Amino acid sequence: MWSQLRTIWLVLKHTFTKADTVEYPEKKPYLAPRYRGRIVLTREPDGQERCVACNLCAVACPVDCIALQQTIDDDGRKRAEFFRINFSRCILCGFCEEACPTYAIQLTPDVELAEYDRQNLVYEKEHLLIDGVGKYPDYSFYQHSGIAIAKKGKGQGAKEKPPVDVKGLMP
Amino acid sequence: MPDNVIKLIQITIMLALLIPIAAMLVWVERRLIGIWQDRLGPNRVGPFGVLQSFADLLKILGKEDWVPPFADKLVFVLAPVIGAVCVLMSFAVLPFSPDILIADLNIGLLFFLAMASLAVYSVVLAGWASNSKYALLGGMRAAAQTVSYEVFMGLSLMGVVLLAGSFNLTEIVLAQQHGWFIQSQFVGFVVFFIAGIAESHRLPFDLPEAETELTAGFHTEYSGLKFALFFLGEYLGVTLISCMSVVLFFGGWLMPEPLDNWLPPFMWFVLKVSFFVVFFILLRTALPRPRFDQLLGFGWKVMLPLALLNLLVTALLSLLEVL
Repeated sequence: MWSQLRTIWLVLKHTFTKADTVEYPEKKPYLAPRYRGRIVLTREPDGQERCVACNLCAVACPVDCIALQQTIDDDGRKRAEFFRINFSRCILCGFCEEACPTYAIQLTPDVELAEYDRQNLVYEKEHLLIDGVGKYPDYSFYQHSGIAIAKKGKGQGAKEKPPVDVKGLMP
Repeated sequence: MPDNVIKLIQITIMLALLIPIAAMLVWVERRLIGIWQDRLGPNRVGPFGVLQSFADLLKILGKEDWVPPFADKLVFVLAPVIGAVCVLMSFAVLPFSPDILIADLNIGLLFFLAMASLAVYSVVLAGWASNSKYALLGGMRAAAQTVSYEVFMGLSLMGVVLLAGSFNLTEIVLAQQHGWFIQSQFVGFVVFFIAGIAESHRLPFDLPEAETELTAGFHTEYSGLKFALFFLGEYLGVTLISCMSVVLFFGGWLMPEPLDNWLPPFMWFVLKVSFFVVFFILLRTALPRPRFDQLLGFGWKVMLPLALLNLLVTALLSLLEVL
């Protein structure tokens, strides 16, 4: 009996406790910059698409919500012919971001993905591409990777070393 | 105007007040529980969310009036009506103030007890007519619980009757002019209030409903307006038990000397009743539901002896003219 009376008293004391509720549409909670929300495709500092359509994100995706097709431009750059994310399936796990070798696919702190029509949750490449560099402002895949593209041969990139003759015996 | 017409107008006013009050109680309860659980509760419909019940009512009126094909149709429809009507009938004998009273019955208290007993039929018949297992279990529990708790609900009030020397509720209130009965009948009040909670199937004694075990107990198969009638009955029951506690133990509309001129008697009555309604809601927030055998054991082994002892001591003391 004492326990019940004590419980009643403790609950009554909560009359003067402030509510924990955040009244959502009016007040929005703080989301950290690396919060895992809507997925975007970023660009390199010079404005080219970062995505090389390697399919690693589609392979890593546990719910198979990413579909894409690779194509190679005349200048040797690889890019996605189409890139489609079905956000009605996406669980915002961030595995695609971890798998991406070019920092192209990134998650943003935008979680307001509500639609009345399910079809509107299928985002095509033009919906996903943004004009910015996202979380890695200076990164450019073709300056690191040693792949030859137009106006830049093998090993001529800013962060590359000249190629090594693997059959030579010299140190 | 003839007396009958005046009475009819009074009854209409009473109904027009009581039913919205029961609806508003849903909102009050949700807001209060929100406060005690560090939430806000419904606050979107209208200022502070006061129109929430109105919105709920519109929704519930828009629902299909559906009777399951396996149910006993007549009884299924009748059960919620019995519940709401029985509770509403009890309000007829309640003296709200010296002038506001519908039926001045000389057996008002017995009438209240009779109506409380009849209300059991609503729950039992609902459970039986639904023809489903959850509903039947809920109905069975309701029958056992209400029959047990009715016994000492009546007994706990006999102390009051003994002191007031009348079953008439107005006279019981007037007998408290020199001190409310809570002073001498504290045990009686505690027993009555606990029985009242069980009688109106409120938490912590809501075993006939028991969402966690029986889905919704006796009203599992109900929806729409019939479900709303059950809800109306429940919230009117809360108001009724609060009103009865005030009339029988807390001096009805009476207040001690310096306070009685501050507000009209009716307002004092409303204030006291609101206090008990809030306490009802606090109990719901704070206490968990006991097991069914614990509930019955508590009733028969603790509450019944306590009520009998209270009656015995009261009788003895009034025989010796101490009280």
